[in-house]
Amino acid sequence: MSKNAALSYLPRKSVVHRMTGTTKLAFFLLWSTAAMLTYDTRLLAAMTVGGLVLFGVSRIKLQEVKGALLFMLALVMLNLIAIFLFSPDQGTAIYGTRHVILPLFWRYNVTQETLFYLLNFFLKYSAVIPVALLFILATDPSEFAASLAGIGVSYKVGYAVALALRYIPDVQRDFHNISQAQQARGVDLSAKDKTMTRLKNSAAILLPLVLSSLSRIETISNAMELRGFGKHKKRTWYVKRPFQARDWAAMALAAAVLAVSLGITLTTGSRYFNPFVS
Amino acid sequence: MKKMSVKTVVAIGIGAALFFVLGRFVAIPVPFVPNTTFSLQYGILGLFAALFGPIAGMLIGFIGHTLIDLSWGSPWWSWIIASTCFGLMVGLFTRKLDLESGSFGKKEILTFNLAQIASHAISWLVIALALDMAIYAEPFAKVLTQGITATILNSIATGVVGTLLIMAYAKTRTKKGSLNKE
Repeated sequence: MSKNAALSYLPRKSVVHRMTGTTKLAFFLLWSTAAMLTYDTRLLAAMTVGGLVLFGVSRIKLQEVKGALLFMLALVMLNLIAIFLFSPDQGTAIYGTRHVILPLFWRYNVTQETLFYLLNFFLKYSAVIPVALLFILATDPSEFAASLAGIGVSYKVGYAVALALRYIPDVQRDFHNISQAQQARGVDLSAKDKTMTRLKNSAAILLPLVLSSLSRIETISNAMELRGFGKHKKRTWYVKRPFQARDWAAMALAAAVLAVSLGITLTTGSRYFNPFVS
Repeated sequence: MKKMSVKTVVAIGIGAALFFVLGRFVAIPVPFVPNTTFSLQYGILGLFAALFGPIAGMLIGFIGHTLIDLSWGSPWWSWIIASTCFGLMVGLFTRKLDLESGSFGKKEILTFNLAQIASHAISWLVIALALDMAIYAEPFAKVLTQGITATILNSIATGVVGTLLIMAYAKTRTKKGSLNKE
């Protein structure tokens, strides 16, 4: 379980860390929306560079996220290969022209258009990944619920998220204990058994986990109800910090990127930057 | 949304934590297909959606899947939205089921499984596919293959794990009218 440890908060002293959670959440959402909407190579490349600069500012070292980066790279590469295998002429379908560089076999020809499309696909991820990583690594989890409330999400939903983050370690520990106990009784989850048996066996582990979780829900909701949770329409947050100039600047930057993304699409009438027809 | 009970709020939180732990750390590989695993978390999501309703199912899917993706490094919104819709639809389709009173016979098993298969099909074959094409302009043949694979695998996982869990859960509840006058 420890070998693929999930990414978590890395406290540092940097401008990015000092920004409020609300800013980081809003920045991340605006930024990834901008990247989703556009397919413009220039903008995506600029966003990739911008994201990497912000990453540098945060004083988190690339070395610390090497595992995650390699994993994402492998996943994106797998996608790129799958796209080429399923549709080697996807580039032509989008950009209209066809310049073959390297004819392979059967329908597989490497064209400039498809290579360019695959490059854009890669950029679409590389534009978001640094900012997403930054959001995960530089936001204190205890600020998470407050930041959701900050962007206008109902505080009950924010509280549900906070509860999820709070109970993930507990559920994980329960799962581990139950699975060890069941394995000691001969319930096999390893590759020695057939897949269907393994699925059924996993239910033997999940059932105690679900029942203990249901009783936990009972306990927590009683405790919250006794303290009057949900009585008022609004609530305040202990960790909430006031906005400062740097927060407004970051929000303005993200909003500007989104505006450029929308602007390019609306003025040129296309999401794509097409270098093949000039 | 305005009348969300405290219990629902907590169920969403704990459900999302379960969804996350199963989706992130538990993997049963699929035979013959490399790099794919059964997603046990949808079995749990099915159970929670049937127990706590569509809003809970929707938010567990959304929060749980977002947390999984963030823990890897970057969110895939198209698939997150598909998980969200799955939770919502299972919750809607299983509204008639009354698990609290312990009734889960053949008819209910059939209802639950039809509901989960239909929800998986709509989520992965329609929503995830359409969003992947709209956002990433991926080729149709690729997203169709992905959608079919996801629908089949997730339906199997939810069918086996979800059904077994609900059956066992229903047994722990006292049946309606289980007391006899002597």
